Amino acid sequence: MLENLDPVLLARIQFTFTIAFHIIFPAFTIGLASWLAVVEWRWLKTGNNVYQEVYRMWVKIFAVTFGMGVVSGVVMSFQFGTNWSIFSDKVGNIFGPLLGFEVLTAFFLEASFLGIMLFGWNRVSRKMHFASTIIVASGTLISAFWILSANSWMQTPQGFRLGEHGLLYPTNWLQIIFNPSFPYRFMHMVTAAYLTTAFVVAGVGAYYLWRKLHVSHARVMFGMAMIMAIFVAPFQLVVGDLHGLNTLEHQPAKVSAMEGIWETERGAALKLFGWPDQEEEKTKYAVEIPKLSSLILTHDLDGEVKGLKEWPKEERPPVAWVFWSFRIMVGVGLLMILTGVFAAVLFFRKKLFDTRWFQLWCMALTPAGFIAVIAGWFVTEIGRQPYVAYGVIRTAESVSPVPGPHIALSLLAFIVTYIFIFGAGSYYILRLIAKGPSTEEKAYGDHGVDEPPLVTDMV
Amino acid sequence: MFSFASFLNLPIVWFALIATAVLLYVLLDGFDLGVGILFPFAPSDQCRDRMMNSIAPFWDGNETWLVLGGGGLFAAFPLAYAVLMPALYVPVILMLLGLIFRGVAFEFRFKATGKSMRVWDYSFHFGSLVAAFMQGMFLGGLVQGVQVDGRSFGGGAFDWLNAFSVMTGFALVCGYGLLGATWVVMKTDDTTQEWARKCAKYLLFYVALFMALVSLIMPLINGDVKTLWFSSPNFFLLLPIPLLTLAMFVTIWRDLRKKREYRPFLLSVGLFLMGYIGLAVSLWPYVVPFEITIWQAAAAPESQSLLLVGTVLLLPVVLGYVGYSYYIFRGKASHETTY
Repeated sequence: MLENLDPVLLARIQFTFTIAFHIIFPAFTIGLASWLAVVEWRWLKTGNNVYQEVYRMWVKIFAVTFGMGVVSGVVMSFQFGTNWSIFSDKVGNIFGPLLGFEVLTAFFLEASFLGIMLFGWNRVSRKMHFASTIIVASGTLISAFWILSANSWMQTPQGFRLGEHGLLYPTNWLQIIFNPSFPYRFMHMVTAAYLTTAFVVAGVGAYYLWRKLHVSHARVMFGMAMIMAIFVAPFQLVVGDLHGLNTLEHQPAKVSAMEGIWETERGAALKLFGWPDQEEEKTKYAVEIPKLSSLILTHDLDGEVKGLKEWPKEERPPVAWVFWSFRIMVGVGLLMILTGVFAAVLFFRKKLFDTRWFQLWCMALTPAGFIAVIAGWFVTEIGRQPYVAYGVIRTAESVSPVPGPHIALSLLAFIVTYIFIFGAGSYYILRLIAKGPSTEEKAYGDHGVDEPPLVTDMV
Repeated sequence: MFSFASFLNLPIVWFALIATAVLLYVLLDGFDLGVGILFPFAPSDQCRDRMMNSIAPFWDGNETWLVLGGGGLFAAFPLAYAVLMPALYVPVILMLLGLIFRGVAFEFRFKATGKSMRVWDYSFHFGSLVAAFMQGMFLGGLVQGVQVDGRSFGGGAFDWLNAFSVMTGFALVCGYGLLGATWVVMKTDDTTQEWARKCAKYLLFYVALFMALVSLIMPLINGDVKTLWFSSPNFFLLLPIPLLTLAMFVTIWRDLRKKREYRPFLLSVGLFLMGYIGLAVSLWPYVVPFEITIWQAAAAPESQSLLLVGTVLLLPVVLGYVGYSYYIFRGKASHETTY
């Protein structure tokens, strides 16, 4: 039985699992690092210790999350070779330098200054510590820049020529780095990361307010998070719409799958829900709003929307996955916007910090960002199928010559390990939240030595 | 599209750069993996806290050199990356799992209380041990050659596994252990330091034994290596490598007896450097031994040139702030909790 395992499918599941697990952490730490920089800046500016205590609580959560992000990220840097060696060989000329730049410009920066951020309180000045926080925050954004450039190139490849052995050669680096979908994907993902963090912080702040614990700290957390919900959540809708239009231009089959539309039509209806059937080539049990799909996609009530039947069967992505992931992402996004609306109304009624039901609402939405981020990546990555580099290299032709059972075992090992690690990490983060900000704590991480001794007997 | 191919031998430049990145990885992560290997044998929890504190600010940066080595290989020699990773599928995955267990242990151990701390002590230890052993096996597997079929790995899934690679696995565990022990000698004092010094003495013996074994077996299993090292005038040109190595062993032994704190670590680094140079000389000019040379595996000159610009501009900056971070956390580590 083991011999019949399909290596391509297993390799895809393994990549999906490891990268979906990995993206949870960057999605949170990108926003958290930037927010910590803002909090530390408020502390230095106002001298109000509440900010410092909030910083010290969240920097511990940051450390745990970042640690899990690092170890799951190291895995990713090897998976291209272990599981997708043919792809690596073909696109190495283009893909390699982008990843190389990510390591050189971001990873070292983050790793080195994270040490100072966590353990450097008594070893560097306040300004240098603040600078370290800003550097770590910048590092997370630089890292996002390169990896999203590489990913976007797989979606909208350009700036290359095909050579012998099917290898790709670069012809224009600016076209490769700033490929058509990159600016949109970068904006969409960074905004998503900021919102993910905001809703986690909001959830924790709401929990404290609800239990009437650490109220002054909770107001900082909750208040700042609600600013994000009010202003950034609607902004994300605009960015998402622009990103969608960009996809329509470059990967129309993906958009047709998102919409679950099979026949090309004018004035296409928006299917709110339904069951896309890949075999029967139709979306069953659809609940529709007339003409709305045309309006959203073409900004014209009678605009033409292409159906999936425009493409041969073997060129279509798995429609149900794309269709449903897209609805989950948009649904969560709408809940986030609604949260912003509630927050604005409550703020003007001067009841933002003591409305019980709204605190419960925000606690329930704590994981919202993670769900939306993973669903969104499912849309874009499954929507890219059956290609690994869209229109250029097929997924099925990219996989390593590794036997199926080995991939099955490594996948199982990753699943078991990640569940264990994720469980432990979540447990420690929940404990840190339960403990809350401490008001009389010693410096977090003084590395054990108050006054660093001079180096005397070096060699 | 710019390319420096007209006046630079790009594959040689990149071979040198990646060899340097891998060497830095081996040295830097070597000492903190070594600390993990020795971890459960330390005499008390206080010692263990100290050992952990001495590497906590650095491990993440140290591991980044591995990502640079892997990413750099992908960028500069994609064919080698595409052949070697499937060839080493099982040990690479096991190494990654090991690195996960040890990496998370840093943060989790600081947060854990009571018995659950033990879980992370062992997760740190076994993670480090497995990662080190697998890296040693890569080495032993690679020097015996890799089967290539067209542009892909053409051998079996367990080609890397044999008595020699098991031995190099143990050898690297001892080597990292020595780096870790001498690091602890340098970064701690009292009981912890004395215990580490004792470990270093034992490990020094095993490292010498394994280095001698590998040096003897390599020429025996590979005729080219034998010709390279034992024909005139190469023999005399390469003679400084074994002689320097021998001198370092003697000096480390004497330094440990005289209780010097810094030099044993620096000389252990020197030992690794000698072993590494010896290997590089033996494998040159192959990047997939003994099938694909650095010129065959090289990425397009445009790709190697672009990343070279980035590397020349950024690597000095990276080395600068990595050095700064080591400077900030100089001196002895204490056992006091950092939380």
